[in-house]
Amino acid sequence: MTTRSVRAQVEEALLPPLVALLIALLAGDVLILAFGQQPGEVWLTLLRGTWGNAYGFGQVLYKATTLIFTGLAVSLGVRAGLFNIGAEGQLAAGGFAAAFIALHFPAATPAIVIILAAMVAAALAGGAVGYVPGMLKARFGAHEVITTIMLNFIVLGLLNYVVVNRVHVHETLHTPEVPKAALTRFADLISAFHGSAANAAIIIALVAALWVGWYLFRTRAGYDLRAVGLQPDAAEYGGVKVGVVWTKALVISGALAGLGGINFVLGYKHYYEEGFASGAGFLGIAVALVGRSHPVGVVLAAFFFATLSQGGLAINALVPKQMIDVLQGVVILAVAASVPEVRRALQSGRAAIAARSGDA
Amino acid sequence: MIGFLLQTLRIAVPYLFAAAGGVVAERAGVISLTLEGFMLSGAFGAAIGAFYSGSPWVGVLCGAFGGFIFGLVHAVASIRFRADQVVSGIAINLLVAGLTRFFLKLAFDSSSNSPRVPGFGSASAGASMAAAVFTNPLVWMGLLVIPVLTWVVYRTPFGLRVRAVGEHPQAAETLGVRVSRIRYVAVALSGVLASLGGVYLALDQHQFSDNMTAGRGFIAIAAVIFGRWDPARAGIACLLFAAAETLQIQLQGAQTIPSQFIQMIPYVLTIVALAGLVRRSVPPASLGKAD
Repeated sequence: MTTRSVRAQVEEALLPPLVALLIALLAGDVLILAFGQQPGEVWLTLLRGTWGNAYGFGQVLYKATTLIFTGLAVSLGVRAGLFNIGAEGQLAAGGFAAAFIALHFPAATPAIVIILAAMVAAALAGGAVGYVPGMLKARFGAHEVITTIMLNFIVLGLLNYVVVNRVHVHETLHTPEVPKAALTRFADLISAFHGSAANAAIIIALVAALWVGWYLFRTRAGYDLRAVGLQPDAAEYGGVKVGVVWTKALVISGALAGLGGINFVLGYKHYYEEGFASGAGFLGIAVALVGRSHPVGVVLAAFFFATLSQGGLAINALVPKQMIDVLQGVVILAVAASVPEVRRALQSGRAAIAARSGDA
Repeated sequence: MIGFLLQTLRIAVPYLFAAAGGVVAERAGVISLTLEGFMLSGAFGAAIGAFYSGSPWVGVLCGAFGGFIFGLVHAVASIRFRADQVVSGIAINLLVAGLTRFFLKLAFDSSSNSPRVPGFGSASAGASMAAAVFTNPLVWMGLLVIPVLTWVVYRTPFGLRVRAVGEHPQAAETLGVRVSRIRYVAVALSGVLASLGGVYLALDQHQFSDNMTAGRGFIAIAAVIFGRWDPARAGIACLLFAAAETLQIQLQGAQTIPSQFIQMIPYVLTIVALAGLVRRSVPPASLGKAD
């Protein structure tokens, strides 16, 4: 079906992140030296503080969980040719809905019922937020980049209003704790994880990644979605209702981001707190970009960014953790800039080889 | 009433600069989700410059230089390397937020704010708000930036080229316009203009504080779209949004309309404008397309 070999695809997918990693390491070295520290020592400390002990690794797991959800959300949109920058608001809406539903169950309800209901509520809330830009795009052609950004502010404002005026615990910006509805913390199973927030939501995240892979590459709907992403006019000509696909893609995308809210709400704090989603939406874009919008890549990239973010805390005694914010920006910029460049270089390289073998 | 107008003006100045920057870049066909980052770099540069030199004018220069540098970064990434302009913009916002945090720590050993820096105008406690506003040269520059930009965009050869490059780059290229060069200049100019909005914030508050632009760059984008990419209309949108904000501040405690709903006005209006429910906003034809 395709003339591109698997090897060419892998090269095209892996080279930009590797280039970006090298550039980020160099940029990091400069910042570390500017702060008068030894780069080698700082990088080692970063690794030891994340993958080197159970607590650090647990924190990486926890942070990667949310990023897998938002990364998948952005990726699904990208596959349909849409840029969902609203993952932040969708995640917050999902987290709030999960907490809100869980709060309204009688205390005697079995935990599994509460958990399932909260998950459904989270996905529905995220999906509802995703529906708005999808519908606006399909019906009025309103560009989803702008509408999703604007919706972030609107959703966060609405949530702020509800939390401040209706359901907060006095003198805080969070809801009361939900009863029972806790996803198992790994610290309860393995004592080495003690203190870390890792919980069973990572399993749900991995299942979501599998589902997205199946949906995109094994179903008729996923085929349509990718067709629309590659060439909407051709897809329309081929009988695909492009507007419907767009709307559906943003609803699913929003639902995935919304479902991510359970990691914090059901797995960690057991309440919705204002600002818990902060940054995870934009980082989801980074995860999708570095993971090349493929579920496997997204999981790997989520672990990479989670490691960076947890690593920042580990190195804070040597270099300000703010260095990690810089590195995130550098990685995104470098990947974005090298994707088209790598593609062109590989193509011209192959063309040259093909031309030479043609001469022989 | 005078108080209301003055307060509106104070709030509007950063929006006017940033929206002007947004109009220039987007009219040349380059998406400017970068405004937030440009502003923040301007604010940080202004604080550094004013702190070490003792002069607010050096702060203005340093802030503008910061915007210029990040404008160039965005230009190189999106024009030379054809990076996705939305992604490049988000990356630059994250990058600037990170860099300002890192260097805030490095220069002032603080993760929240810089020490007090000199600003413009009579900062003495007794000075009236009117005096504080009208002795600040950045307020005057902010008021002038929109008329000047209107003139540049519609009445100068450069403006014609910017519009041509944004609407139909191939045709412009055929007529001998250097598309890439015009875009480089437009995006760098956008960086400088937007950064002045941040400069104003830092000098007005006499310090840099972490993430002090607080989403103002996105309000400016809203103004650009609501103003249908026209400098004058974008300027009016800035004033409108600033007036809404002033109203919200003055209504505080009155419990008539929750402040969250007034804060949403710019975002809701932008969505309404984009959806064409009032009158359709149509972006420059080549916006976001690396040809």
